[in-house]
Formats: sequence, structure tokens, C-alpha cells
Amino acid sequence: MKLKLVTMALATALTAGSAVAQELVLPWMSYRTGPYAVGGIPLADGYTDYFTLLNERDGGINGVPVRLVNCETGYNTEKGVECYESTKGEGALVYQPLSTGITYQLIPKATADGIPIHSMGYGRTSAANGKVFKNVFNYPTNYWQAASVAVNYLLDENGGDLSGKTIALVYHNSAYGKEPIRTLEELSKKHGFNLSLLAVDHPGQEQKSQWLQIRRERPDYVLMWGWGVMNQVAIQEAANIRFPMENFIGVWWSGAEADVIPAGDAANGYKALAMNGVGTNFPIFDDIQKYVVDRGLAAGAGDQIGTVLYNRTIYAAFLAAEAIKTAMEIHGTKDITPEMMRDGMEALNITEAKMAAAGMPGFGPEFQVSCENHGGPGLGAVQQWDASTGTWSLITDFMEPDSEVINALIEEDSMAYAAENNIELRCN
Amino acid sequence: MPDQVLFAMEAAINGLMAGVLYALVALGFVLIFKSSGIFNYAQGVFALFAALTLVGIMEGQVPFQHLINAIFGTELHGFGWETPAILAVVLTVGVMVVLAIAVERLILRHLVNQPDIILFMATIGLAYFMEGFGDLMWGADIKKLDVGLPQGGSFWIEENTAWLGGDGFYGFFIDRLDIVATIAAAILVIGLTAFSQFTKQGRALRAVADDHQAALSVGISLRFIWVLVWSIAGIVALVAGIMWGSKSGVQFSLSLIALKALPVLMLGGFTSIPGAIVGGLIIGMGEKLFEFLIGAPFLGGATENWFAYVLALLFLVFRPQGLFGDKIIERV
Repeated sequence: MKLKLVTMALATALTAGSAVAQELVLPWMSYRTGPYAVGGIPLADGYTDYFTLLNERDGGINGVPVRLVNCETGYNTEKGVECYESTKGEGALVYQPLSTGITYQLIPKATADGIPIHSMGYGRTSAANGKVFKNVFNYPTNYWQAASVAVNYLLDENGGDLSGKTIALVYHNSAYGKEPIRTLEELSKKHGFNLSLLAVDHPGQEQKSQWLQIRRERPDYVLMWGWGVMNQVAIQEAANIRFPMENFIGVWWSGAEADVIPAGDAANGYKALAMNGVGTNFPIFDDIQKYVVDRGLAAGAGDQIGTVLYNRTIYAAFLAAEAIKTAMEIHGTKDITPEMMRDGMEALNITEAKMAAAGMPGFGPEFQVSCENHGGPGLGAVQQWDASTGTWSLITDFMEPDSEVINALIEEDSMAYAAENNIELRCN
Repeated sequence: MPDQVLFAMEAAINGLMAGVLYALVALGFVLIFKSSGIFNYAQGVFALFAALTLVGIMEGQVPFQHLINAIFGTELHGFGWETPAILAVVLTVGVMVVLAIAVERLILRHLVNQPDIILFMATIGLAYFMEGFGDLMWGADIKKLDVGLPQGGSFWIEENTAWLGGDGFYGFFIDRLDIVATIAAAILVIGLTAFSQFTKQGRALRAVADDHQAALSVGISLRFIWVLVWSIAGIVALVAGIMWGSKSGVQFSLSLIALKALPVLMLGGFTSIPGAIVGGLIIGMGEKLFEFLIGAPFLGGATENWFAYVLALLFLVFRPQGLFGDKIIERV
């Protein structure tokens, strides 16, 4: 009898132990400090609040609570790698490096460790080729597709003809900033526009030379691949030389509230690309208010809700949660591993019904990830800033990129990477 | 006149204007180094902190409100009033003076007679502390700074110089904010020169700069001088913070403007106020002209950051003490 009681007690303890231990570990590489904190804070708040909402409202994902492991990188690549090394042992299911530099460093490490990376709209563009990059995903879109969407938008604006027009690219002089150049060069050949490239060195506090050059050359349109203070200064300088804001389009990392507020009314009409919905007109924000903010559980001061970058990581968190659900469904277990998570990401199917169920109807395009395509469809919209109301609004539907050009570039770059690293192609 | 020549002139003029902004940052370094031999690594953060404080006071923000809300569960957002820019500037100057007193009391006083490298390391610590302190006090979100300074190209200059060139020349572009910065820098230099030449404290400051021991022996209080000079450097940082913050908004990358001051210091010398100004002008004009003539057309652009250092190094080779720096002669 005694033995039976001891056995039962042990079994209960073990069961209880495993129940406590079952959790979904998601590291978050935040940067709430340093020169890029202005962007890092809303990004961190959105991701954290989404999972707090799931934990509070639903008890986690399919009843399994999510544990976020925060690690501060200060947007510094070395610190990002340290964060990865120090957190991967905690059962990390997926990394969102939030930096192209960190992503590049983590690709070989995470691949060797079997942990998936999701670099949503940043990182290595050619990682969209799942045949080469087994563990890296950059759905729903990437930089090259962004460049193509911007050009397609300008084609629409010009009756389908850009020949003879000049498009200037003002870019952060880094791996990130240089990403769209190749695509734009290809597209300029295809559509006959002139491309002018203007590099801005980190951090971008001083851009007088670049904007004097733009004033001299008078391009028809300016595209911007910037981040941090570079964005604010560029928009101010554009206003200073009276460049028409409606002809100035930033990538989605150059189109947040913080980028336009310093320029005040002068920023009115500035445009940026978007990969997800803008504003607070989605039911999920009511739930965040009720279950997160009102309970005093918001990651920050609760003042970032509905801002562009907050929404961006709400979307990233939603995609991660859906991938987790898919992984649980595929493998028939709630106790998933990073490998299972990878499978879930590769089989991810985002439908309008799923977005609506999450309180995010129409928040992004529908798409499906596959073994070959880790990058999604690459759809992007254009948003525009209204300085009088202090709001961004989507002014287009989600538009398709030029897949003919982009897919060829992705294939070429990823195959070169595969050859360089002796990677055996998969998905056969 | 050929348009290319006019464009080069425009680049040079804008370079001079940018140089003034660099010089404003460099001035703070020079003041402290001249009087105490300390290379104040925290000068860029001082500019950031001063600008944060100015905006916080103008907007009626409650200092440490996020911290207070987190600890006490309150929902403080602000005092509910806005402070006029002039009054906010005066109050910010007061805060910078208090900061100078705190630096002297809590750091410098305990490091008297320590090697220069220790003092330098202390300012590195101070920089990181101030950045975190500023974050806690005012928050890390971007803030629009509007003290009523004009911005944007001057129509008048554009219209009255457009006739100089052909159809492709639209007149010289000169940012009105840069003109204001130039005037502010001129007033600062004149004021600092007058202060050091014609006031008792200014003479004491120069005496300390020349020889600490001798100054002490005639009864000059080193501690007072340190508070004085760190206060002045704080005021200079405020001016730099206003000018740079008006361009980009007040945010934490503002502290990186110190990077633009280093080549100016190398060129102008660490101990000369006119050196900081002239150094700034040379660096500003040199980097903009290089970018216009060589960088953008032949090297893919973005040459300004490194070219400024190349230019400074070239000067260093021939004048290691900088253009206006004191030549150190040690007799054995």
C-alpha cells in the first residue's frame, strides 16, 4: 500500500512537473536601447503584447502557454549573436532577429542547430528559396519584392510607362540598404527608367550632399531604404529642398510614425510600402486593450498600439502563432520541437478566415508557404502619411511584384550560396 | 558661370554650414579638455540629454513618468501645460548646471591626480549612465523639437542667385537652420572669448588651463573651475542638441553626433576654441567638396564619414597638435 501511494505521488508529481514544463519558448531579440530604440520599442511591444494576449485570453496556443525570452541586442550584430547563443538552449522554437546583420550571422548557426529563423521583410532575400535555405523563412515578402512593388506602383501611376523617368534610391550604406539595388537595376533595364544611387553612411544624421545631388538631378521619384535617424533626416531634407512628398516612397522600414513626426506638416503626403494593415481598426486591438493593457500587462506604456511598427510585429507574432498551431496539427502533439516548428512554418497557410478569427480581418494578404517557397507571394501595398490627422492610410490594395525578374534573381543568388556552402538541394 | 562650378560652390557653402554644426559639438570637447585635460567621451550624450530635457520641459512631461507609473500604478502623462521655448531653454541651462555640479561632486572630485586615462574611462561610464538616465527620465520615443527656428532652403537666396547659372541651376540652396546655427556659433565663440578675456572667472579658467599647480597656488578653486567649465560645456551641448535635434527630432542617435566632432578636434586641436571652429569649417567643406567632385561620381558616394578622418590625419602628420593646438614641449 505504501509503495502504491509513493508510486502515485511520484506519478502525480511527474505529471504536474511535465504540465508545468510544457511551454512554447519564443526568444525575442529586442532593442529598446541605443540609437535605434525609436523603432525597436514598438516592435518589441507588439510582439510581446500579442503573446500576452494569447496567454491571458486563451491560455496560450492550444492551451500551451507561450514564454517569451527577451534579449536586448541594441541592434548590434555581435550582441545579437550572443543573444542567440545564450537563449537557444532554452528550447527556442523560432528566432526573429529583427536585423539584417544579425540574420546573416545566424543563418549558418541556426541551420546547424536546426532552429528556424523568420526574418519577416528583412534579412537575406534569397533565403526565400526553401530548396537551399531549409531553416530560414522570410514570408510574406522581402526587399527585392518590395523594390518591384514600388516600381509597379510607379508604373501604375504613369500609365504603365516609366521610360525616360529617373528614380533615385537613397539607401543606408549597409548590406540592408544595398539589397534592392540589383533588383532596381534589372527593372530599370526592363522598363527603361534611369536609376540614380545615393548612399548614406551610418547613422545618417548628415545627408546634405545626397539631397543637394537630388536637388541638382531632379529625379522624378525617390525611393528610400533607410532605418533609424536616416529616415527622419531624409524626410526633413526632402522637405527642405521642397521635393514633392507624394513622389517620395520609403520601404516598410522607412514608414513609421517616428519617421515623419519630426518633419511635422512638411512630411504630409510621404509614402511608404506596407506588408500589413495600418491603424487600430481591427478587433484584436479591443482584446489587447481588455486583456493586456487594462490588466497592466502591456509590454510598454501602451502608447504604441496601432502604430506601424507595433502592427508589424503583431503580424509577425500572429504568423508565428499560426505556424505553431500548424506544427501541432502536423505532428499531433502540443509539445513541439524547433524541427516541428520548422515543419509548421513550411506548411503555413494563411487564409482570410484565420486572420478574421484572430481579430485581424484583411490585415495581410492570404498566402501559403511551401518547401520551395519560404518567401511567400511578396505582395505589398502603399501607405501614405496624413500630417493633419497624424495617420497612415493604405492607398492601394496589396500588389504583386514582378515575379519573373525577382524569382530569377533569387534562384541565381541562392544557388551561388548553395554551391559556396556545399548545400544539397531539397524539395525534390 | 558654368553650372558645375556653381554646384561646386554650393557644395562648398553647404559644407561650411555643416562644419559649423560639427564645430558646435567640438566646442564642448575643447572647453573641458582645455581646462582639465579630460577628453569627455560623454559630450555627445550631453547634447542628447540637454535636448531631451528641453523637449520634456517644453511639453510639460513628468520626469521619470514611465518609472513612476510602473512602480505606483499611476497613469501620469504630463503636467498638462506647455512651457514657452525661452523659459524651457533657461530651465534646461539650470539642469545642465546641476548636472555639472553632480559630475564634479560624484566623479571628478574622487579622481583628482589620477592618470588621464582613468578620467577618460570615467567619462565613458558617465556617457552610458547618462544615456540610461535620460531614457528613464524622458523616455526613448522620438520627440519633435520646435523652438521656432526656421527650416528649409532660403527662397530669397535661391531667387537672387538663380541668374548666376543656366537653366539647370536653380540658385544656391542654403538651409535657414544652418544660417541660424552659424549665427549661434559666432555668438558662442564671441561670448566665450569675451568671458575668458574680460571676466575674473574667465581669467581663472585660463590660468587653470595653463598650469593647474600654479593656479592652485594662487588660490584658484579647481573644483569651482571644473563646475564652471562643465556647465559651459553643457550649455554648448544644449545649443548643439537644439540644432541637430531640429533636423532629426530628438532621439538617442543624437549622441552619435560626437563622431562628427572627432576629426574636427584632430584637425583643429583639442585646446583651441578658434581651432574647433576653423577645424569644423575645413572638415565640413572638405568632405562635401570631396563627395561632390570625387565621392559621388567615382566612388559610389557616402565618402564623407571616412574622408573627414583622412583629412584630419593628413593635418596630423604635419601638425600633430592640430592647427591651433598647443605644442607640448617637455624639458628633461
